[in-house]
Amino acid sequence: MHTKEKWPSVVIRLIIAVVIAAYVLFPFILLLINSGKETSDITSNPVSTAGASFGQLMTNIKAVINDPNFMFWRSFGSSALITVLSLVLLALFGAMAAWVICRNKTVWSTVIYFIFIASMIIPFQVVMLPLISSFRDVGKFIGIQMLQSVSGLVFAYLGFGGAMTVFILTGFIKGVPYTLEEAAAIDGCRPEQTFFQIIFPLLSPVITTVTILNGMWIWNDYLLPSMMLGQNGKVMTIPIAIQKFVGSYVKSWDRILPAALLAITPMIIIFLIAQRQIMEGMIEGAVKG
Amino acid sequence: MGTFSTGRKVASFGSLILGLVLTIAGLGLSITGAGDLILGYSGNTPIILGRGAMFVCGIILFFVGLYLFPTLKYHRTIINIIFLFPLLFAFAVTVIIPLFLGIGYSFTDWNGIKMTGFVGLSNYTRMFKQPSFLWSILLTFLFVVFNMILVNLVAFLLALLCTSRIKGLGFFRAAYFLPNLIGGLVLGYIWQFIFSNVVTKFTGTYSMLSDTHTAFIAVIIVYIWQYAGYIMLIYITGLNTIPGDVLEASAIDGASPTQTLFNIKLPMIAPTITICTFLTLTSAFKQFDVNLALTNGKGSIDFLGNYIANGTEMLALNIYTTAVINNDYALGQAKAVLFFIILAIVSIVQVRISNKREVEL
Repeated sequence: MHTKEKWPSVVIRLIIAVVIAAYVLFPFILLLINSGKETSDITSNPVSTAGASFGQLMTNIKAVINDPNFMFWRSFGSSALITVLSLVLLALFGAMAAWVICRNKTVWSTVIYFIFIASMIIPFQVVMLPLISSFRDVGKFIGIQMLQSVSGLVFAYLGFGGAMTVFILTGFIKGVPYTLEEAAAIDGCRPEQTFFQIIFPLLSPVITTVTILNGMWIWNDYLLPSMMLGQNGKVMTIPIAIQKFVGSYVKSWDRILPAALLAITPMIIIFLIAQRQIMEGMIEGAVKG
Repeated sequence: MGTFSTGRKVASFGSLILGLVLTIAGLGLSITGAGDLILGYSGNTPIILGRGAMFVCGIILFFVGLYLFPTLKYHRTIINIIFLFPLLFAFAVTVIIPLFLGIGYSFTDWNGIKMTGFVGLSNYTRMFKQPSFLWSILLTFLFVVFNMILVNLVAFLLALLCTSRIKGLGFFRAAYFLPNLIGGLVLGYIWQFIFSNVVTKFTGTYSMLSDTHTAFIAVIIVYIWQYAGYIMLIYITGLNTIPGDVLEASAIDGASPTQTLFNIKLPMIAPTITICTFLTLTSAFKQFDVNLALTNGKGSIDFLGNYIANGTEMLALNIYTTAVINNDYALGQAKAVLFFIILAIVSIVQVRISNKREVEL
């Protein structure tokens, strides 16, 4: 690609790129502008900045943030807690399971691995109804609340995210030289020490990948939490809160838009900080999955 | 077994026994229906030892005991079991058991709480008699085909743009990818606003969402907007794996950019095309959030001589509505099983194609 290109083609491409970027970002800009307006200004001219002010934006956000149907801080807290707990447990248990599967050449480990792989084609819809009813029944039977609780939801994410996590981690662990573990064993390391002190630290790049993939999914997931937590439960995640909020303020855009803005802000901030890692993680997940 | 201290043996056997006792006690309280154990009262509030807590603590203690078990020969096996257990247990409880339960329920009159008897294939015959469900299948296939073609085309063109030499490449890539970060539900509501308040200002007509046909187009537009940036990233990776000297050689031989595209770039990224095609296929198939938030499946249409009101409802949403909204759990479950079968066939075809290609290489 060392041929010198004529400048018009470069400029044309740049213009195309800018136009597309404007189209892609347009909804976000509209969202931001109209979140800072009163309803009359939103409906009369949604595209112009007339009537939009920072003061009005703050007023709208204040009106939304403590709304009993939205309760931004509480639902944000639940979402964050559920996501972080699920990610930590998935990374830890996933790495442990993947290591055992990878380092044992027995029929059992192969069977378990293939069940994990095969299960990745199972759509959530086919298990969701029996899942909810059996969680309800088993929870009632054994006296552990599985529905409408953070722990129940984290447990479910552990189950649903397990297959993909193990699959990606196994692929990576295969490339870690086995001689490392043999040397450790000769030096008197017990297997669990070998794993936690030698193997686990080596997995950090691939753990970043699975954490990004699982994190995007869990944070934005709507169907599983809505089935498990319900619309009026004690615990609400952000997507559930948004859904409930929109249901209670039909077409009141001066409420819905600031709520949507609040909902997407955490993700955008994280993206601005870890843009490269997120994009690379998403690519890796797709190519391997 | 002189290598192990008495303390360790005591700790191991103690935890094993206590763990088993607690587990069995927790289960026993559940089976007998005795409920939680009340240890005593502090004032008027009972001090409760929950059977759930007993059960969980029992299992954890049992594993602690197993870990401390004084053996050298079987230590590795014990570690394997302990390491595999948490994930495998969660996986079995949330995926495998519900899958078999679900397939079973689809042959019964299950109502979401209990079932009274088997009804054979009647759920399956019933769903094919519903015009609204047949319409959903048709619509989903249309949606999948449109998306597979359009998303891949748009994404590939974006990838070509983003691998050429222009200023601010990093910004453009990130900007195109940005919509993919936002959950489909919130996106759906943002676009609902755009279609019903902004687009109407320019066209001066009714909202696109109020007519079934244009609403369907709206769902496709939003979906491309959300997904193309992600697929673009994968195409960029594919394009970057083409060795520079191949492209250089073609330039020296006087190949035009179009010739390079069709004779070198496209054949060399064939595996990437397979990946992206199936990625868009399965994700379009499972599309739920945008569908729910943008149109909620509404839209009237005349189909097979029947008037139906769910003109924009795709399969995933149809399953949800049937079971959760209309409370027909058995029927919804049967539809879900069919959905699973279709997806399984798609995945098997994908694996076949990828394997075949690997053999050819």
